[in-house]
Amino acid sequence: MDASSPRSRRQVLTALAGAGSFALLAACSPPPSSSPAASSSGSAGAATSAEEAGGMDALVKAAKAEGQLNVIALPPDWANYGEMISAFSAKYGIKVNSATPDGSSQDEINAVNQLKGTSRAPDVLDIGMSVALANTSLFAPYKTATWADIPDAQKEPSGLWVQDYGGYMSVGYDSSKFPEVKAVSDLTAAAFKNSVALNGDPTQANAALNGVVMASLANGGSLDDVSEGVEFFKGLKGSGNFIPVQATSATVKSGETPVVFDWDYLAAANAKEVPTWKVFVPADATLGGYYAQAINKQAPNPAAARLWQEFLYSDEGQNTYLKGGARPVRMDAMTTAGTVDATAAAALPPVTGTPVFLSEDQATKAKAALASTWAGAIG
Amino acid sequence: MSPRRVTGGRLAWLGSLPFLAYVGLFLLAPTVIVAVGAFTDVANRPTLANIRVLGQRTVLDSFVDSIALSAASAVIGAVLGAVLAWVVVTGNPDGVLRRAATAVCGVLAQFGGVTLAFAFIASIGNQGLLTLALDQVGPRLSTGWLYELPGLVLVYSYFQIPLMVLVFLPALDGVRPQWREAAETLGGSSWQYFRHVAVPLLTPAFLGALLLLFANAFAAYATAAALISQGAIIAPLQIRTALTSEVLLGQANAGKAIALGMILVVAVAMTLYALVQRRSARWLR
Repeated sequence: MDASSPRSRRQVLTALAGAGSFALLAACSPPPSSSPAASSSGSAGAATSAEEAGGMDALVKAAKAEGQLNVIALPPDWANYGEMISAFSAKYGIKVNSATPDGSSQDEINAVNQLKGTSRAPDVLDIGMSVALANTSLFAPYKTATWADIPDAQKEPSGLWVQDYGGYMSVGYDSSKFPEVKAVSDLTAAAFKNSVALNGDPTQANAALNGVVMASLANGGSLDDVSEGVEFFKGLKGSGNFIPVQATSATVKSGETPVVFDWDYLAAANAKEVPTWKVFVPADATLGGYYAQAINKQAPNPAAARLWQEFLYSDEGQNTYLKGGARPVRMDAMTTAGTVDATAAAALPPVTGTPVFLSEDQATKAKAALASTWAGAIG
Repeated sequence: MSPRRVTGGRLAWLGSLPFLAYVGLFLLAPTVIVAVGAFTDVANRPTLANIRVLGQRTVLDSFVDSIALSAASAVIGAVLGAVLAWVVVTGNPDGVLRRAATAVCGVLAQFGGVTLAFAFIASIGNQGLLTLALDQVGPRLSTGWLYELPGLVLVYSYFQIPLMVLVFLPALDGVRPQWREAAETLGGSSWQYFRHVAVPLLTPAFLGALLLLFANAFAAYATAAALISQGAIIAPLQIRTALTSEVLLGQANAGKAIALGMILVVAVAMTLYALVQRRSARWLR
């Protein structure tokens, strides 16, 4: 998710060998004598649905017996995960251990591999699509009770990964400091000097990558060609409008990053701290993107992991995403059924254009282009 | 004369076991893992592809920038720190100034990472307290340089100067007042004492400290990571990209190759440090 995972300013020699020493520590800890699943919760470790686990009540019981759930890389202000975690915790009396909230999707995969067999390994993952597709061998298939509501294109047929929420790439800005933004090209004006930031480095963070693709679409590029986006940011850098600092809710609050390319649901969350914060989704570059859920195949708390999925994809969980400004994957079905939170739905930023999505091939192409051109354009 | 050995015997080496185990586990093993990883691919087959990453333009540039940043912040830190240490050492050895200075330096030398980066953003960033205050009177403080190499030099100096004070104070304490008295007795002026006694005496210690500061800045990571998110302009940030990128996958071993490059640079710096240190020790014996 968010690309920054700063550690203390200490010898990087130890930090950069982190992967190694983690593996080492893992090797030092006692080996998992048996799958923790088998001992603690009966069949939950392999269940691919609540029925298989003996029904919803049995799943709840098994999850309560485990008593905890390890989640990773879920910032509280990201898609309303703060409320999601406390609501789940309160409803089922299960303690949620939230590790490295600012980690990236790749950090989540690294944790699954490095903490394998320990009780600290993440149970569930919330990851970008490219990372999800590259790591399906680490996931356990699971279909929630609401599986049928989720469009086929947004889930793996056996349930190895299922998209959970998404949104559109947007420009969030402090409307008290700038004139109304009506097009991406407005940002090249002198009024935006030292103001425009991305949510991370596009060669590292999915959100930033999509920001560049969106800028490309708005400047005559296409989903197959991000070079216009790179040129756009190169121009912003040249005119002094671009600032290379990582945009976070803290830099938005301090005013250091008053204009940020980011997912609309993340941008909308800034309005809590900066009431004049506005979110603009360009009609000529309506770029959508979804994140996906997956269960760690070797989850230390397999029943709680599955219960978490049931909760996320329930009406309650989906409306919790919606309250955070994210568009839940079951939104269409829930709108039809009338179970959607209408107030929260009405508060979403207006989208007038036709949404487009990066295909896997296009994403790969964009990554390769950025890897070779971004540092030169911006460094 | 060498001190006579009073303890020991054949089992004396047992005492160093915990230390050796610690060094082995936390220094040697990670180094070996990095070195091996640099020459293997994802499936643990030997390859030179990772090493070739070191030849890429952006990676080479990041090494040049890293070395320039470390050298600049080390020189600034060493010169200003030495002057500050000189001021402190001329006072009363048990006085308030010295105690306060060493205490403050002890804290600030370790003050880095996100806290330090954000402190600078909030002070002299585009919307920083100082920037806005100065805007009222005239000069525009920030033009974005804080988020480039010059900004890193400034921010690094914030922990380099106090570190220099800490490591240079003992060297200054080693300069005995009798030497100055001797120089004055022989009719030497203050300048002659400074030029012909103090400077030659302190040069090895100063250079040693300079190299230590260089290595310290070279290895610093989180401060830069929190300050500059685009382009990975220094080597530690290139490693971050390789390890944590959710866009370019499977680059972990390229990160190890860059790490190996950094280890080599630090090894060169440390070898120089050891040579200079040996000379310094001879002087102060």
